Amino acid sequence: MTPTIPTPPRRSFGMNSGSDNVFRNIIIGLSSLVLVATVLYGFVLIVGGLPAFQREGIGFLFGLNWDPGKGIYQALPFIAGTFFTAFGALLLAVPLSVAAALFISEYAPRWLAGPVGSAIELLAAIPSVVYGLWGIFVLIPAVRVFQVWFVSVTGVPWPPTGTGLMSAVLILAVMVIPFICAISRDVITLVPNDQREAAYALGATKWEVIRFGILPYARAGILGGVILGLGRAIGETLAVTMVIGNANVIASTPFSSTATMSSIIASNFGEANETLRPALIAIGFMLLVFSVIVNVIARIVITRLTPVGTR
Amino acid sequence: MTRTDTMTKSISSGLTRTVSPARRAQNSIMFGLVALGTVIVLIPLALILFQVVYNGLRSINLDFFIKSERDMSMITGGGGVLNAIVGTLLMVAVALVIGLVVGIATGIFLSEYREHPLVGVVRVMSDVLTGIPAIVVGLVIYGLMITTKLPGYSGLAGGVALGLIMIPIIVRATEEVLKLVPTSIREAGLALGLPRWKVTMQIVLPAASTGIITGAILGVARVSGEAAPLLFTSFGNPDLATNLLQPMAALPSAVYSLAFKALTPAQNEQAWAGALVLLTIILISNILARFFSRPRSYRAPKANTAKT
Amino acid sequence: MKKILLAGLVLAAGAVSAQSVTSILGSGASAPFPLYTEMFNSYATLTGVKVNYASKGSGGGRADIIARNVEFAGSDAFMTDTELKSAPGAIVHVPMALVAVVPTYNIPGVTTQLKFTGQLLASIYLGDIKKWNDPAIVALNKTAKLPDLAIAPVYRSDSSGTTAIFVDFLSKVSSDWASKVSKGPQGSVKWPVGTGGPQNAGVVGLVRQTPGGIGYAEVTYAKANKLQYGLIRNATGKFVDGGDLNEIAAASDAQSLPDDTRTSITNASIGYPISGFTWILVYKDQKYGTRTKDQAKAMVALLRWMLTDGQKLNNKLDYGQIDGSALKKAQKNVESITFGGEKL
Repeated sequence: MTPTIPTPPRRSFGMNSGSDNVFRNIIIGLSSLVLVATVLYGFVLIVGGLPAFQREGIGFLFGLNWDPGKGIYQALPFIAGTFFTAFGALLLAVPLSVAAALFISEYAPRWLAGPVGSAIELLAAIPSVVYGLWGIFVLIPAVRVFQVWFVSVTGVPWPPTGTGLMSAVLILAVMVIPFICAISRDVITLVPNDQREAAYALGATKWEVIRFGILPYARAGILGGVILGLGRAIGETLAVTMVIGNANVIASTPFSSTATMSSIIASNFGEANETLRPALIAIGFMLLVFSVIVNVIARIVITRLTPVGTR
Repeated sequence: MTRTDTMTKSISSGLTRTVSPARRAQNSIMFGLVALGTVIVLIPLALILFQVVYNGLRSINLDFFIKSERDMSMITGGGGVLNAIVGTLLMVAVALVIGLVVGIATGIFLSEYREHPLVGVVRVMSDVLTGIPAIVVGLVIYGLMITTKLPGYSGLAGGVALGLIMIPIIVRATEEVLKLVPTSIREAGLALGLPRWKVTMQIVLPAASTGIITGAILGVARVSGEAAPLLFTSFGNPDLATNLLQPMAALPSAVYSLAFKALTPAQNEQAWAGALVLLTIILISNILARFFSRPRSYRAPKANTAKT
Repeated sequence: MKKILLAGLVLAAGAVSAQSVTSILGSGASAPFPLYTEMFNSYATLTGVKVNYASKGSGGGRADIIARNVEFAGSDAFMTDTELKSAPGAIVHVPMALVAVVPTYNIPGVTTQLKFTGQLLASIYLGDIKKWNDPAIVALNKTAKLPDLAIAPVYRSDSSGTTAIFVDFLSKVSSDWASKVSKGPQGSVKWPVGTGGPQNAGVVGLVRQTPGGIGYAEVTYAKANKLQYGLIRNATGKFVDGGDLNEIAAASDAQSLPDDTRTSITNASIGYPISGFTWILVYKDQKYGTRTKDQAKAMVALLRWMLTDGQKLNNKLDYGQIDGSALKKAQKNVESITFGGEKL
């Protein structure tokens, strides 16, 4: 072992021993696996999906006809299904999650805030299949009761089957709420107390403190959490597959059965033949692209928009 | 917090009289809405917890743990998920090995070699990996390990898919916790003439171990509930299988089948029991993670805050 | 736990070194899955050979066997010439059972067994008939108290042999269906209305869950789930019960079977009109990839057993037995399997 000269060791990069070099190379080698994996993802999916992109051309993205019997694969119904369900779920989840986060961090006494916060964190970790199970046996029957009532009152001839877009939106909302809520709570808790004190000192009510002192400060973090929640909703698979009704068409009513990009892969890939498989892999590639874009935007929002306040 | 609370309370109570009725009404309404929102959030979540525990306890029995899916019959019913529980344990073990080796190494790279030109891109890619849907990981492993017959449908393929999901979780945990280890510890080690790798492996990493363990536990909790990446990779197996090169069952996949593709209504009951087992795993993991992440880990927290 | 792991290591080592084959991997059709489950359980007890069969749908089985991901596939639809050509080797079809696809429904309050015609089923699945008290349904079922309830059609979301049999029948009896609905050769259908469930079990599960639901499934699934199923009018004008094994046998006997056994028996002149064979598909020459002669032998031994002793389970589980000339042709196909050109 060669003795190193004890210069100020802040950056002792220039004086590696031989063993240091070996170690460094091992670390870099293993770390580059992360790069390799990411590149491999894109590569495997684009190569696997290429036949579908080539055969369908731009129609793969913008066509509505998904007809495995004739070998026509146009994925817009599923892209639409993913966006309907994800944004529908966010529409419900965001106000509720932020409300719950505010309640936990600003209103609730400590004895209540702790357990409620932990419970919500736990719920964010519950597996998709468990939500799906609950969706099939509890949510769908309840949704059906509502739909039957709705049809009988309004006379709108929507099929009240329970499965479909509406159930998928609801189960997704239930799933992303704990996620968005946990992030929002963390962000709100991080708002410096100076903000609160300053607002109170100006005679603000509790709500005005939240409205003018806390929310502007936490806005970027909450928005980042919401976008990460969107990423989750886009990729969520099994729970959605279990309740959405798996129809390979665009939803014509809020009650209709339809499918998302992830659910069509889950329900069809296992039994796909040589022409269907590339189409599903191509959908997987688009899912990858969407989720990467959403996550990158979320990181940018969180790092760029967070106000540099008092530290 | 407490100090501020009491202070602000006294301030606001002192000012209540000067607040206009409109503002006071708005304040109350908003409180009502926030409370209502919280209740709406908690109702389905409480229902899920209650129903999984209630229905799960009703249908769980000893056979559920000591028999396999082979023993489930359309005629006689019965059977259990021992094959799936063992399969999940083995595949998660594979995932944990992959996640720990690659994840810790990458975490060390990001935190200890910050001047390396690849650090930025590795960090971004690791973040990107976090957000990739599990079903996409399954597709990729299908392309890499099933169609190539390396080794085809197998527990190993499932374990690698789960490992890919676990890597970014452990990277994140490792990097964050290594950053918290005070520079002074590293400096002390280097000043003693230790080579850098020894400082990292024998001083820095042990100081950060609890945080890494926490990350690993949360990673295990996450992947042990994943069924999507296993759909096209591990195939399933009605028998107890321990050879990782053979097809293997998993608990979340079993719950998916028992709930969504049940041969008889009795299997739906078993799905609830499976969900209860999954929930218990998650709960225990969370408690363990909380236990390990209690802020007693660093021996010199003062030095850290003094850094500014 | 340690013991299990140890046992696993021993087993794994055994699988590598020893000559005896302990497991066979297959995937495919869900219609015969309950039957295969019982067969393979008996076979495991008898011989120690454990067959791992994933019920993922006939299309999945055919894709898996073409890609050689599995050792055998199950399918309720025979392979088309195109599919056979896309496989890297010749594939033999071994019929294992006769299946009956029945319309199964969940109408609260209705206890009589409803009667259907192919035309009526087609109209329901086309979305033309939307309520259970539609005159067209009432006309066939005057005694049933049909409610003013929306019909919720349920179909298979995967590529399915059961679907292939069902829509094959519909397109034979309903010109409307044949002209309006795009039908793939192998049960990939673009459904005009309804909800999709995975495999026979998923369809039956959705029907059981949905008041007003109707689906199509192998009769065993309907019975095991205590769901009602309807009678179907056959070519002679008689309403026939898919649970009646004689009617299924009659339908198969009405057709002459080609040597490779690839045939459709829907809408036969007599018998139950939505029946079909379900086949096991294996490569004719078993020497490919890393396969050993012992694996090939084990595969053939399993098929032989399924065609003899295994058939005794068929009737017990409401599946039609393979007998007579069909059995002879099936056994001939099994005996044609070779390993590197060598008979087994």
